[in-house]
Amino acid sequence: MELLARLRSGDEQAFIILVRRHHAAMLRLAGTFVPSFAVAEEVVQDTWLGVLRGISAFQGRSSVKTWLFRILVNRARTAGVRERRTVTLGEEPAVDPVRFDQAGQWASPPQHWAEDADDRMQAAKVADRIRSAIEDLPPRQRQVVTLRDLDGLGSADVCSILQISAANQRVLLHRGRSRLRQLIETEFGRI
Amino acid sequence: MRVNLRPRSRDLACQQAVELVTGYLEDALSPAARRRFETHLAGCPHCTEYLAQMRATIKLTGELTPADLTPGMQAELIALYRRWKDEPRTE
Repeated sequence: MELLARLRSGDEQAFIILVRRHHAAMLRLAGTFVPSFAVAEEVVQDTWLGVLRGISAFQGRSSVKTWLFRILVNRARTAGVRERRTVTLGEEPAVDPVRFDQAGQWASPPQHWAEDADDRMQAAKVADRIRSAIEDLPPRQRQVVTLRDLDGLGSADVCSILQISAANQRVLLHRGRSRLRQLIETEFGRI
Repeated sequence: MRVNLRPRSRDLACQQAVELVTGYLEDALSPAARRRFETHLAGCPHCTEYLAQMRATIKLTGELTPADLTPGMQAELIALYRRWKDEPRTE
């Protein structure tokens, strides 16, 4: 709150601190709603202006980060073209059904992931692959995974930011994480 | 009443267990479902490995850092801030 008080009183340094702290994550989140980096940049700039203009409205009921992200998501949704407002939750198994036998037991079980996977070169390569796999997730899954696992927000905050139910949040998270696990498994198998 | 699709009603199949992983990690399972899941894990090294992999996935994902703020963008935002400061206030 102190930072916001400084911001309200016209302290430019407070704004710079806030920008350094949150801008990159905001850009990343905006990118899950809009089709290009340029549009994402515009959305985030527009968000910052909205934040400054609405600074006196911030009540401190949520964290600053959650508040910023909510403003961002409202703006990104207006600018976004990729998103469908309704969540369609059809069947999407966590693991390819061909890997189970008829009784539903593993036929092709997951192999143990080597602990030495943090070899530097390899880690960088895996990180790149995860990054692009996240970009390839369906937008709603990508938004939830980004907020939960990249930004480290809790489920209640994520529901509030994205305006979705706890149950939907969990389904989207489950599917997103399951896809990423699958990808990493494939990646480790290749190394 | 629960409909049993499996041969032994109290046992989870692995294919069902993998669908419960997020609910388990989110602590969103009913006490009974949680017990069944944990009982399954205790007897199934493959699903135990699967759960470990989901945890590792979350950890690896969490290590991704967003791109750095470019000096150009920071300059633009400072300019934006100064424009805002010069805006006439209505309050």
